[in-house]
Parts: sequence; structure tokens; C-alpha cells
Amino acid sequence: MSNSPAAKSELNSKRIGSLVLDNSLYIIMILAIIYIAIINPNFLTPNSIINIIGQTAAYLPAALGIAGCIVLTGTDLSAGRIVGLTACIAASLLQTVSSANKMWTNIGVLPIPVVIIIAMLIGAAIGCFNGFFVAKFKLHPFIVTLATQLIIYTLLLLYVQMGNNNGMAISNLDASYTNFVKGSILNIGGTPIPNYVWFAIILTALMWFIWNKTTFGKNMFALGANEEAARVSGVNVFLTTIMVFALAGAMYGFTGFVEGARIGSNTANTGFNYEQDAIAACVIGGVSFVGGIGKIRGIVVGVFLLRLIFVGLTMISIDQNLQYLIKGGIILFACAVDMRKYLAKK
Amino acid sequence: MDQPALLEMKGICKEFPGVKALDNVSLTVRPGTVHALMGENGAGKSTLMKCLFGIYSRDSGTITLDGKEVNFKSSKEALENGVAMVHQELNQALTRSVMDNLWLGRYPKVGGIMVSERIMAQRTKEIFEQLEVNVNPKTIMSTMPVSQRQMVEIAKAVSYNSKIIVFDEPTSSLTETEVEHLFKIINMLRDKGCGIIYISHKMEEILRISDDVTIMRDGTWVATKPAKDLTMDEIIRLMVGRELTNRFPPKTNKPAEVILEVEHMSGKYTRLKDATFQLHKGEILGIAGLDGSGRTEVLENLFGAMTKGGGTIKLHGKEIKNHSPRESIKNGFALLTEERRATGIFGIRDIKENTVISNLKSYLMGGICLSEKKMKEDTDWAIQAMHIKTPSQKTQIRSLSGGNQQKVIIGRWLLTKPEVLLLDEPTRGIDVGAKYEIYELIIDLANQGKGVIMVSSEMPELLGVCDRIIVMSGGQVAGEVDAKTTSQEEILTLAAKYV
Repeated sequence: MSNSPAAKSELNSKRIGSLVLDNSLYIIMILAIIYIAIINPNFLTPNSIINIIGQTAAYLPAALGIAGCIVLTGTDLSAGRIVGLTACIAASLLQTVSSANKMWTNIGVLPIPVVIIIAMLIGAAIGCFNGFFVAKFKLHPFIVTLATQLIIYTLLLLYVQMGNNNGMAISNLDASYTNFVKGSILNIGGTPIPNYVWFAIILTALMWFIWNKTTFGKNMFALGANEEAARVSGVNVFLTTIMVFALAGAMYGFTGFVEGARIGSNTANTGFNYEQDAIAACVIGGVSFVGGIGKIRGIVVGVFLLRLIFVGLTMISIDQNLQYLIKGGIILFACAVDMRKYLAKK
Repeated sequence: MDQPALLEMKGICKEFPGVKALDNVSLTVRPGTVHALMGENGAGKSTLMKCLFGIYSRDSGTITLDGKEVNFKSSKEALENGVAMVHQELNQALTRSVMDNLWLGRYPKVGGIMVSERIMAQRTKEIFEQLEVNVNPKTIMSTMPVSQRQMVEIAKAVSYNSKIIVFDEPTSSLTETEVEHLFKIINMLRDKGCGIIYISHKMEEILRISDDVTIMRDGTWVATKPAKDLTMDEIIRLMVGRELTNRFPPKTNKPAEVILEVEHMSGKYTRLKDATFQLHKGEILGIAGLDGSGRTEVLENLFGAMTKGGGTIKLHGKEIKNHSPRESIKNGFALLTEERRATGIFGIRDIKENTVISNLKSYLMGGICLSEKKMKEDTDWAIQAMHIKTPSQKTQIRSLSGGNQQKVIIGRWLLTKPEVLLLDEPTRGIDVGAKYEIYELIIDLANQGKGVIMVSSEMPELLGVCDRIIVMSGGQVAGEVDAKTTSQEEILTLAAKYV
């Protein structure tokens, strides 16, 4: 027993070591942020922060959707294309009547709520399609959503050829649409806060409620933690899986509606690779590919940190091409650190 | 027995959290003999073998092979040192060919890089000829019957020039002629001077083929005797012989009228056939049998977790279907699964979520929002009523002991107010003290008028807790006994009826 104090202190240093390792991603990111702030003092001004919050708000709904798929130990590679399709559809339904190349000349400007509902329903329908193949045929979501990603891209290419559009960028949006999304009802320190920040806040609250306060949310986590136990416990595995993907689809649809106006000039490339950022944000925020684990606040932090880093890197004039390397590195690193926690030590 | 030992395992101890799996067990195998290792399910036979192969690390004890102390880290290392095992469940790459499996990990190479199919096929043929096995080395494993796949496994052991070969229940899926062939091979290996460790439940086989018999019980060594000095009754007595004092709470439940009638139930994709039995209100019905005899299948088919092939189920005289677990839960059934970790707990979720998951609809307010308060209250009730030892409701369930995890799952099911509880190995991997508490809980449930069906591989447990016991054998009901008047010997005989 004489060596027990030594053993104890060894245990303590081990524990501190693993605590540092578990949070190493955050530590590195915070160091990076401090470094950037020192090099470029404009980085952390109110103006810049509000810009970053704005970007966070734009990317957040898609991340909230994809997070559900990750909780089920799956993923969703079709997110970006769904955003693109719904963005083009929303934009085409809300072009000004006076526009020379209005896509649908015989439709006026539709009411905004109707367009939101259309975009979210289209997203949800594609999500249902994904979920059906996952639930019914027990296919891995990776392969199902890879396939739908391709399928939707064709639909998207065909859509922008329709009507009067002939594959051009869909622009000349009605002022009611751009004002509704990009306008502002509140200024902070002279900087306007775009409306889509409020939308993101509402959606985040809604998703928090769904995840934490509904039967569906509890079932989703149970399913992600142990599918067989969930089935035996009476969870409707089929329906829950489909609903998770449908909800994710609806979120992408809403993102499409916002991006339509935010980008202003939409092509078949709108939304391309959005799932990458969304997945990266989720893993940074602690939504684990182990399944059954994830918190809404983690996702919000994840999206925010990722935006912060990218805005920061542009501010210190780091080569744009490096961003993919950094994104890839973050995803790998975050997953490896996360996996460390759940691996059974042998 | 004065020959020098080929393999000597001395004073092996192994403890799992809360369970002493092996307590000072010794085993000595002489060269050129077949040594049978016997004991009930859970007596520690497989644990002992896993310690030999380094799959488990032993807490204490020594292993000597050919006079040298050995300490294998993996079954691969054991194999390279001449200790091989023919597993009960074959671990083979089924989509690959016979010879690929045989030489996996040590493919003969040409020029140091290219695998030589020719040499592989030739060496495979040589070994097969030696064993008188007629199999084309290029056959794909999955297309062959289990008996031939087992031969490949034996050939693999031979190809390593193994001195010790362990056979774990080798005849469980063989026909009579195949068994004869296997025995011929075993005799051949024995004549070559190998030491064979033979694990089986089948007494006739043991008495026929083995030279020595070691009997284990509850993780301890009981006896090692020459096979010719033993009789079947003697073996059973040694395997069973334990006292039953104070391991079980008093039985206070009183069975009443029949609530559940199962007739001719069979499994669509399992070996269960023609199971017929009844369950009374307030009764604890035990299901006994060997591993793989269809015990679990009875419960899982009844609950709809496995697809039924046919038969009828009547609850209170009214026919019900129980197609799926969801439907069964609505009909008042609950199933505690056998593999707690794999199909029972949601390891990374907390106690509260693990407790309320089957009962969520009763916490709904306004049809959408779950009442946090009600869920907390019910979880508190479960923690108190089941005596669950946990720091809080927010604790991850995987950090609790096996017994406490089991109590959480029982609590989960009680919240759904079931009429029929199906318990599959309710005390597996649970320490003795906690077992007693689980027994108390089960008897208490019967007292509240619930019908309980309980599967267990521990016979004393069935005798101590149940009112009636049905014995499964080879997927069929081999018989029904009264727990008060039966003996373990009678159950063991029934369990071997259709093996």
C-alpha cells in the first residue's frame, strides 16, 4: 500500500491529460481565435461579431437537421442539394413581376408563408424518401443520401431550365422577399441584425423542444443509442427513422428559403457542399457518430466556432484554398477525439 | 497418472466485477489422452478456456505447457505455440474458400510478396488426406454444412502441429455418422500424442471417448477422475451437488386462474417448434434447457421480437397476435432481454430516459409535450421500489453495476403495468447479493397477480423461484415438472431428450 499515493497522483495527471485531450479541439480553436484577434484587431469588433452571428444563423438550420441523422448513427449527404433545389424553387416563386426573365410568367409573387411551406414540404418529402430507404431496407444512410444527392442534382438542373429561365441564375427577387429575409427590425450599435437571425433562433428553440420534450425526441435518442433495445421497448423504429430524416429535410427546405434571398442570384450550384459544414459543426458540437448523443447548444456552438474560424482566416488573409484542408482536418480531429471517449478500453 | 503432464493449469482465479468466475481451478492434461471438462452452464468451463487462450487475463495461477510456463496474450499466440481450439460457434470467413481460411494470417508466399494458391491447395490436400476428409480446398465456406466447416477448423489445428486441442461442444450440430468420423479423428490425434480437452454436455459421449474427466461447479474445481471409474449418475451428482440454503427468499405467491394459453407456437426462422403451455395469474413459470435449446426463442416469439411461424396465443381466453413488440406491450406483455448490454440498456443515456422510454405516452401534456415532472416522479418511484443504487437520475446507465442496470429495466417494464412479464436470464452477470433482491422482486410481482415466465440457465435458481418449470430440448418442449417435487437430475435428463 506504500505506493498508493504515487499511484493516485499518476491517476490525477492522467485525468488532467485526458481532460486536455478531450477538449483539445476547443483549446486549439480558442488559441487560433486569440492569435487572429492579435494579428487583426478588427476581428472581434461588434460589426464583425454580428457578421459572424449572421453567417451562423444562415448555416444553423441545416446543421440542426443533419444532427438528428447523426444521432441515429447515420448522416445526410443530400442536405446541400436539397438546400439548392428549395432555394431555386423559392426564388423562382418570388421574382418581381417586372423582371424581364421571370421564370414563371403566369404566376405572380406568391405570399411568403406559402413559399416557406412549399420549400419545407419539398425538403420533408425528400427526407421521407431518404428515411424510407434507410428504415425499410436497412441501408446505411451514407449510401441512400449519396444516391439522393445525385438524383436531386438532376432535378435541380432540370428545374433551372424550366419556364423562361433557360438555366440562368434566378435573380430579380421581389423586394418583399429580400426584405423579409435580409431586412432588419433591430440595430445593435448601429449594425443591423438581419431577420434570418431571428428565424434561426425560433428554429433552434423549436428543435430544442422537439429533441427534449417530445416522445419523438426521446425515441430518436433511444434508437440512436441502441436500436434493438428500442425496438424491444416498443419504439416504432420505422416511423421514427423516417421522421428524423423528414424533419432534417424540412430544415434544409427552410435553409433553402433563406439562402434564396440571402444569395439573391441562385443557380444549380446554390447549397453545394452545405452538408460538409453542417456535419463539421455537429461533430465539433459533440453530436457523436457513436449515436444517441448530442445537444442543441453543442450544435449552435459548433456552427458558431466554425464560422468564427473561417471569417478569422479570411481576415488574416490565409489562402482561400486552405479552407477545405482546415475543414477536413477539423472533422477528422473532432471525430477522433470524440471516439476516444466511447471506445472500450481493452 | 504418473506421466509428466502436457498441460498444467494450476490455481487459476478470475474475478469479474462482483462475480468470482473462477476460484482456484486446476486442470492437468496428460499427453495422448482425452480430458473431458464438464459442468453446468455457467460453471466456468469457457472462462477457464478463455484464460488459457489469453482472451481473458487471469488474476492468479500458472499455466505450464511441456514443462515451460506460458502466458498467452491472444489465441493467435496460443495457436503458434501449439494450443488450438475448435469453437462451438465457428469464427470463419464464410465468403472465402476453405484454404483461405486454413492459412489465414500465414499464407505461403512466392518471392516474399505473392500468395501461392498452388502451395496452399497442395498443403490443404495433404492435411485433409491425413484426416480422411473429402473436401475440395477451393470450396467456399458458406456453401458447406457445419460439420465440414468444423473439419476445416480441426484441420487448421492440425496444420499448426498443435499439442493441445480444445473441442468446445463439437457434436452439437453433427449427425451420428459425422460424430463417428469426429471420434475417429480425435482418436487419431490422441494416438499421435496430442492432449485433447473435450467440453460437452453429453454424458454418453464423455464416457465413451475420454480418459479423464474434470468436473467444475460454480467456478470451482470439484473432481478429476478416470472416466472408467465414473457413471452417468455420479457425474450428474458431482455437477449438481450444491446446497440450496438461504439463497432464495421465501416463496409467498399463490398461482390462481389461467391467464395465458400458448398453443403450438413455432418460430418462422428459428428452431422453435410446437410449444404449448399455460401460465397462471400470480405464477412464476420457469423455462429450463441447455444453451441453444430454444428457451430464449419461446419468449421472443411470444413477444413478437422474433417472427412466429404458427400457433395461437390466448390472453384471458381471447386470441391475440403479438406480431411486434409494440403490439405485445399494448397487450400487457413485457420482455427483459437476455443480452442486457446489447438489447436492454441504452448505455450512453441516463437512468431517467432508460426508465421512462416504454411508457412515454402517459407523460404527454396536451398531446405533444412530455411532463418532466411526471417522468422524474416515475423514475424516483423505480429507484425506490427497485432499490436501485445510483448517484442520481442523470447518471449514465452504463456506469451502474449489472444488478442495478437490470433493476432499471425491470422498473421500465413495471411502469407499463404489464400482466405478463417475460424474463430472460434475469440474474445473468449479477452478483449473489443482488440476485437475491431480483428474486424478491420477481416473487413480489407474482404476489401482485402478474404472470411471470422466467428463462434461466441456472437450475437452482429455477427450482428456488419458480412454481412450475417447462424444459426445452432441441427447440421443443421436452416436458413439464413441478418445481417443488422435481430434481436437477430429472431436468437434466429432460434437457437431453432431443439433443
